[in-house]
Amino acid sequence: MITRHLSSLSDTGSRVFLGVLLAGALYVSVCNLLLPETHALHVPTHVVALLGKYLCYAILAVALDLVWGYCGILSLGHAAFFGLGGYAMGMYLMRQIGDRGVYANPHLPDFMVFLNWKELPWFWHGFDFFPFALLMVVLVPGVLALGFGWLAFRSRVTGVYLSIITQAMTYALLLAFFRNEMGFGGNNGLTDFKDILGFDIQANSTRVALFVITVAALALTYTVARIMVTSTYGKVLVAIRDAESRTRFLGYRVENYKLLAFVISACMAGIAGALYVPQVGIINPSEFQPANSIEAVIWVAVGGRGTLTGAALGAVTINFLKTTFTSGFLAPYWLFVLGGTFILSTLFLPKGIVGTASTLWHRKRSEAAPAGEVAPTPQAAE
Amino acid sequence: MNTLINAPTQSKSVLYLDGVSVSFDGFRALNSLSLFLEPGEMRAIIGPNGAGKTTMMDVITGKTRPDQGEVIFDDHVDLTKLNESEIAELGIGRKFQKPTVFESHTVADNVRLALAGERTTWSALFGARDLITDNEIDTVLERVRLKSHCGRLAGDLSHGQKQWLEISMLLAQDPKLLLVDEPVAGMTDAETEDTASLLRDIAKTHSVVVVEHDMRFVRALDVKVTCLHEGSVLSEGSIDAVSTDDRVVEVYLGR
Repeated sequence: MITRHLSSLSDTGSRVFLGVLLAGALYVSVCNLLLPETHALHVPTHVVALLGKYLCYAILAVALDLVWGYCGILSLGHAAFFGLGGYAMGMYLMRQIGDRGVYANPHLPDFMVFLNWKELPWFWHGFDFFPFALLMVVLVPGVLALGFGWLAFRSRVTGVYLSIITQAMTYALLLAFFRNEMGFGGNNGLTDFKDILGFDIQANSTRVALFVITVAALALTYTVARIMVTSTYGKVLVAIRDAESRTRFLGYRVENYKLLAFVISACMAGIAGALYVPQVGIINPSEFQPANSIEAVIWVAVGGRGTLTGAALGAVTINFLKTTFTSGFLAPYWLFVLGGTFILSTLFLPKGIVGTASTLWHRKRSEAAPAGEVAPTPQAAE
Repeated sequence: MNTLINAPTQSKSVLYLDGVSVSFDGFRALNSLSLFLEPGEMRAIIGPNGAGKTTMMDVITGKTRPDQGEVIFDDHVDLTKLNESEIAELGIGRKFQKPTVFESHTVADNVRLALAGERTTWSALFGARDLITDNEIDTVLERVRLKSHCGRLAGDLSHGQKQWLEISMLLAQDPKLLLVDEPVAGMTDAETEDTASLLRDIAKTHSVVVVEHDMRFVRALDVKVTCLHEGSVLSEGSIDAVSTDDRVVEVYLGR
């Protein structure tokens, strides 16, 4: 069975993708840590953090592609799961500050002292303990997705209606987390982190370690998603996307299939958020903005819906453009660039970058092969 | 408690509808409809548009809940209490009016997903269905003459081929009862004849309900015919008896 699962990574796309990740992680860590700052090939630490941020978005994009690309669930609320994972990690990082805050209170984070709170709210207990925080990173988004998805899929809310209620979900969280009384730092969110697991969060080596962990998390997320979509389970997901009632009348319990994909996707988004926070240094309610979720959909669409690798590529590409176009004299034009990219890719690359490239690649191969011969499908070695 | 019901008649039934009514916003789609299907029987259902043919299929397969009436499968199972996938598992397969196949899967994978067996998410993830051999798939596809197309995407098939693929998916489910909604819509004459002989062949081992407008096709099936009108049975009997029934001529066939 292991061989069967590994064989789902034996295609060209997976090999290139995982190869690029491994090479990138090696290159960045060697060139940051071992080369002197004056060296031409030195990768500055702020670039490491920026790349780490892009890869967090790539994890979110792969998670979204799993539900949207393969099962047709257009979630416009994945930023909610990302944000919740981020807050869980942020709460751990806040507890690590200890008495080094502005108010030097050993028991309470600064914002609670400022609000005149006397003791730590119950839901902050346990976050001093790293494994507990890690558990919450996947558990909180997962449980929310389970409850939300159970109600929505059982009531057969589909299509644009589902998109609207996922959007409402993330907006509701945005409003809730803005409130000071919620106990998550209100408008300002959680920031001013000092260290993680005892390592200085600003140090080069910590930055590089976080980057490498993010690369590993992306590779793992991709592997899990790839195993899922290449199994029979994935075929049923695509069947649901193409003809939901047909699948139902064949005897499949469509809501269970959707729910599993939705929950796993939410957990992946939570992990992405948790890795994002220490690298960016802040988490606040703006992460729940509906626009963030919509932007994630654009990454997937541009990169190639239903390809997984395309989702990751789209996230990195669009965010690289965003960094370029939101600084300097180009800053006023970013939204035009984003909208333009989306429109152009819809018009000229309807399957996205990776989808179009793989169609061309297959066409070229079938032209090269003698007419009538079907390309042999690789058999899993037992 | 309603799941066990003493059969009101002596003979066994595979499908028993009694006094079934459904209304949508005041419109009575089914009006105290009763129908009785013997095991192994094939029945053709005809009737004008809006007579309730598709609604009847919806009620049997759990898509629509009847306002009143009984729907009993295999003498003892109350279908009004179950949902679509539970009813499918009992052994009722349905072909839709518009051919509905999984367009981005290959023909072989369409059949693979339809073949009887475990359907839980867990078994799908961990590969129970991978044990299905190409042989099983080929056997099913041979019956509808699509074996040579097994590697093609279902979306690339012609309209008639999609209809057959969908019928082959029903066969793969190995149901006791097949509900077939307008199987020859959009088919050429030759394809229609082939479909009629295919269904006659299937009817040797299964109970079948066929809804169809094409009277030549219905005649070719050569089975008992039920004509629906305004949600209830207007006439029932052999094709010759029904097609000469004055009321059927009046509302459906035209003079």
